[in-house]
Amino acid sequence: MIDGFLALYIFMLAAFTGYEIIARVPVILHTPLMSGSNFVHGIVLVGAMIALGHAQTPFEIAIGFIGVLLGAGNAAGGYVVTERMLEMFKSSKPDAGKGAK
Amino acid sequence: MSWLPTLIKACYFLAALLFILGLKRMSSPRTARGGIVWAGYGMLLAVLATLFLPDMHNRGLIVAAVLVGVSAAWWSGKRVAMTAMPQMVALYNGMGGGAAAAIGAVELIGYARGLGLLHAVPDTSPLQPEAWAVNGLPPALSPTELALGVLGALIGAVSFSGSLVAFAKLQGWMDKRFVFPGQRAVNLLLLAAAVVAGVLLATSHASPALIAAFFALALLFGLMMTLPIGGADMPVVISLYNAFTGLAVSFEGFVLGNEAMIIAGMVVGAAGTLLTQLMAKAMNRSIGNVLFGGFGAAGGEAQAIEGAQKPVDASDAAVMMAYAERVVIVPGYGLAVAQAQHKVWEFAQLLIKRGVKVKFAIHPVAGRMPGHMNVLLAEAGVPYDLIADMDDINPEFPATDVALVIGANDVVNPLAKTDPASPIYGMPILDVSAAKHVIVIKRGRGTGFAGIENALFYADNTRMLYGDGQAAVGELVASLKDIDA
Repeated sequence: MIDGFLALYIFMLAAFTGYEIIARVPVILHTPLMSGSNFVHGIVLVGAMIALGHAQTPFEIAIGFIGVLLGAGNAAGGYVVTERMLEMFKSSKPDAGKGAK
Repeated sequence: MSWLPTLIKACYFLAALLFILGLKRMSSPRTARGGIVWAGYGMLLAVLATLFLPDMHNRGLIVAAVLVGVSAAWWSGKRVAMTAMPQMVALYNGMGGGAAAAIGAVELIGYARGLGLLHAVPDTSPLQPEAWAVNGLPPALSPTELALGVLGALIGAVSFSGSLVAFAKLQGWMDKRFVFPGQRAVNLLLLAAAVVAGVLLATSHASPALIAAFFALALLFGLMMTLPIGGADMPVVISLYNAFTGLAVSFEGFVLGNEAMIIAGMVVGAAGTLLTQLMAKAMNRSIGNVLFGGFGAAGGEAQAIEGAQKPVDASDAAVMMAYAERVVIVPGYGLAVAQAQHKVWEFAQLLIKRGVKVKFAIHPVAGRMPGHMNVLLAEAGVPYDLIADMDDINPEFPATDVALVIGANDVVNPLAKTDPASPIYGMPILDVSAAKHVIVIKRGRGTGFAGIENALFYADNTRMLYGDGQAAVGELVASLKDIDA
């Protein structure tokens, strides 16, 4: 199990990482990045799978099932939407290279 | 099989690494496309590894739920229009929050059952301590785990119901803002009640009724908190809920002992918080103001606007621009709704061919989110060097012959500078009214998205071209071709 203080360190370092990544992002990427980070927390799917995997009563299983459904939606939807947005940035890249700061 | 847990842990580690590198790449236009693909591989790896965790029940159900959820979201995500992106982000984000809340619920119910408060089901599978070590779920939750689990469930549930309201509002299913006197007090009371229920849960008074009450209160709070917020503020709210979901995922990850969830969730929590601040700043509003300010409730009577809107027809407007030296096109969300981006770009190209200097001016919150309009123009093929930010273009308006405003309203409203009683007072705007002539393409005479009168429409140098964006720009293109012919 993760020791309390070790977890605190992980929390802190991860938070700092997230902050640093976003700190100097041009406005044109705000929407794709919000969508991209929305995809990344789709990792909740893994947790929902574990929860369903350990659910025992029918009620728990039902809730776990809904959790996995929602988590899968988060991950898949987040990916598709982000990918579609960034795809367009790629298509106009010859012009974009310098113009987009 | 002692290598299996290690292998799975390694997969989670790799997934966390890919998420961070992917996000990093997404923060630069050059590498952005690759970034999401990297993160995608990380997700795939983590999900596949999870299927092989030892001591998992209901594997069939898990696979079925994953397949159904993925295909439904994949299908909807592929066919949604670019204009509807923000609400889709809200929807998917809400799903993530809901999933985090569901994890918390399963944990809490299982925990309560362990205390003998729910119908106990005989545990048919004796648990292996080594198995627990890899897939989390200790036989009993430590106080810290319980507290973070409850907190994660609370945040996740608020993000769930709140994001769904945001989705419904942006989708146009909920046009009216829902306000009543004493709303803030009621909301605070709801939050306090949810927190009290959470504290009771975390201090081992878990009973089925309390768990139900806790989730009901949290969901209701998310709903009530989001209802009074106006559509114009929604991007900030969605971004905030995005950060919320990240935090919830991180906390639930702690309960499950899953490092990939802890790290990915916390990275998003921090990045999302910063993104929210950046967005709020672009709109000149603090986050607290957005959430509790009650947009439009600012005191004082708004200034009455004198004068009348002066219409113009398409051929006159086309002539004005055809013989202008500099034209700045200000696209707003109305342009995107009318799907007129391609037509506008065609019009701009015709002008450029005549030697007119054309630029596109983008307000930081044009569209529904910062950067949304850039995405929409990129879709139409407008090159980046013609697109100018607010700070770059504002000094150029006095030297501009014609500013063509298409479907933008609040972001060009001079009242934001002149009328302290206006709800948008202080918001930075595009200084369109400084141009020699302004042509506004607008569907009708009504007020904008935020429901505020626009003084620009009544200004002496403004002419209104009424009509649907797509049709009006089509007429402009036709008139311009007539001039050339």
